[in-house]
Amino acid sequence: MMKKNVLGLFLTVALTGTAQAETVFVTLEKDNALAVVDPVAGKLVKTVEIGQRPRGIAISPDNKFLYVATSDDNTIKIIDTETLKETGKLPSGEDPETFALNPAGDRLYVSNEDDSQVTVIDIKHKKAVKQIKVGVEPEGITVSPDNLWVASASETTNMVHWIDTKTNAIVENTLVDPRPRALSFTADSQQLWVTSEMAGTLMILDVKTKQIVKSIKFDVQGVTPDKIQPVGVVIDKDRKRGYVALGPANRVAVINAQTFEVEKYLLVGQRVWNLAFSPDQKRLYTTNGASNDISLIDLEAQTVTKSIGVGTYPWGVAVKP
Amino acid sequence: MKLLHYWRAMWGIIWRELWRFVTQRERFISALVRPLVWLFVFAAGFRAALGLAITPPYETYILYEVYITPGLIGMIQLFNGMQSSLSMVYDREMGSMRILMVCPLPRWFLLLSKLLAGTGVSVLQVYVFLAIAWFYDIQAPWQGYLWILPALLLSGLMLGALGLLLSSFIKQLENFAGVMNFVIFPMFFMSTALYPLWKIKESSALLHNLAQYNPFSQAVELIRFALYGQFNSHAFIYTLVAFIVFMAAAIVGYNPSKGMMTRKGGA
Repeated sequence: MMKKNVLGLFLTVALTGTAQAETVFVTLEKDNALAVVDPVAGKLVKTVEIGQRPRGIAISPDNKFLYVATSDDNTIKIIDTETLKETGKLPSGEDPETFALNPAGDRLYVSNEDDSQVTVIDIKHKKAVKQIKVGVEPEGITVSPDNLWVASASETTNMVHWIDTKTNAIVENTLVDPRPRALSFTADSQQLWVTSEMAGTLMILDVKTKQIVKSIKFDVQGVTPDKIQPVGVVIDKDRKRGYVALGPANRVAVINAQTFEVEKYLLVGQRVWNLAFSPDQKRLYTTNGASNDISLIDLEAQTVTKSIGVGTYPWGVAVKP
Repeated sequence: MKLLHYWRAMWGIIWRELWRFVTQRERFISALVRPLVWLFVFAAGFRAALGLAITPPYETYILYEVYITPGLIGMIQLFNGMQSSLSMVYDREMGSMRILMVCPLPRWFLLLSKLLAGTGVSVLQVYVFLAIAWFYDIQAPWQGYLWILPALLLSGLMLGALGLLLSSFIKQLENFAGVMNFVIFPMFFMSTALYPLWKIKESSALLHNLAQYNPFSQAVELIRFALYGQFNSHAFIYTLVAFIVFMAAAIVGYNPSKGMMTRKGGA
């Protein structure tokens, strides 16, 4: 009934030619699977069975392996990015959800929500080297790009725990807004951005002082405040802009990383959860848990260009160049 | 020489219509205010803050304002088509129609010129409307602004032909209120201008059918797809056929020996 016209086709071809071919991997919490998406063609390429309740996902620095937390299998699986076959397992402890890789890609830090601890894993030897007691219900976790700090946020204690990577011990705690969910360091490791799900805020912490220097409250026109639940947060390499997924508000907030003004709210799918940049940072991918799709954001035009259906409950996202 | 005659007549008619439109500043403003009020007030009130489900040609979630914009473009053209027909009735009452009709060119050509003139005016209005909408963050890909032009010409001609047909029935200016009530409003509300077809289907199967076969819906869909650089062949054919039917009927309607004019006692 409806066909794209010749120009449309031509443009698609032209775009395919210029844009880098990258692969987007999305964990599907309900389907127990991994979705493989070609974002340039705007298509779901395939879906592979991966294990029980996959959530957190990360890609190794050499892009050869994916790490996927299969929560109900109580493990983190190592998947070959070419064959998509499982090549090994990591001893993550109970119910792993979120985890972080260090920049070298040899250490993995896992939040064990039920045990209120962080497990440090030596990837090469596939061994847990340390368990660090943190606050109640640790969720978001990240490693600073200079590899000095691991920051872990505990949802119930409302704290950010600063773990020294050399000693694997907590050095300091920062009290933050209720239910901190996700955190991310700036590329220069000077700032830590933390989202609070309950307060609907984004806090900027100074790494030197470990104190909150700025708090941003989100306010979307026409959306009730209870729906604004900030989750995933990413900041671009040049620290020009940061992006925060606002959960059931179905928006991604665009924040000027210099002035900390909210520049724009971009409409994406329902209950937007996690975010990932394309390798060239020209696009941003969002997982929309309730509408079962991912949205593509063109960061140059600052517009949402497409939403692609992937499967039930998309949770985490990782991009391979 | 003959072609030149045609050209001069057509250009004269189009120029007169454009001139009339530009000089009547109130008409220009009111033609813009109507869709803008719908956009800023109505759409804002019904703003689906959490986004509408994805239906072609859209590839992601959109706000209601974005959905309603092609519908409001259709509305501009619908009102314009009816307004041109109103001006035909006025011309007839004032006697300037007689001058036009005694011109030694075929009647169908004069009517088509009149129609093109009206469509040209509506296209101008639409582009001004789109420019304002652009600043309201309703932005389409740039190619869309080019592709919409042929779509606007066809939909404008179709709605104008419908207006012409109606004007051949209307005897006096006062009867135009009837056109408002019995043509413009039902056509506008029973269409995809304000709500997507699947949404209408949820409430009533009858309304869904009416909306689906409403030529105005098809014109709106043609515009909607064109604005996103896509071609909806179904909507195109439907609108084209509707134009041909309305135009043929209008030509018959304006034929003094056959049409409605004889019943009304001539122009």
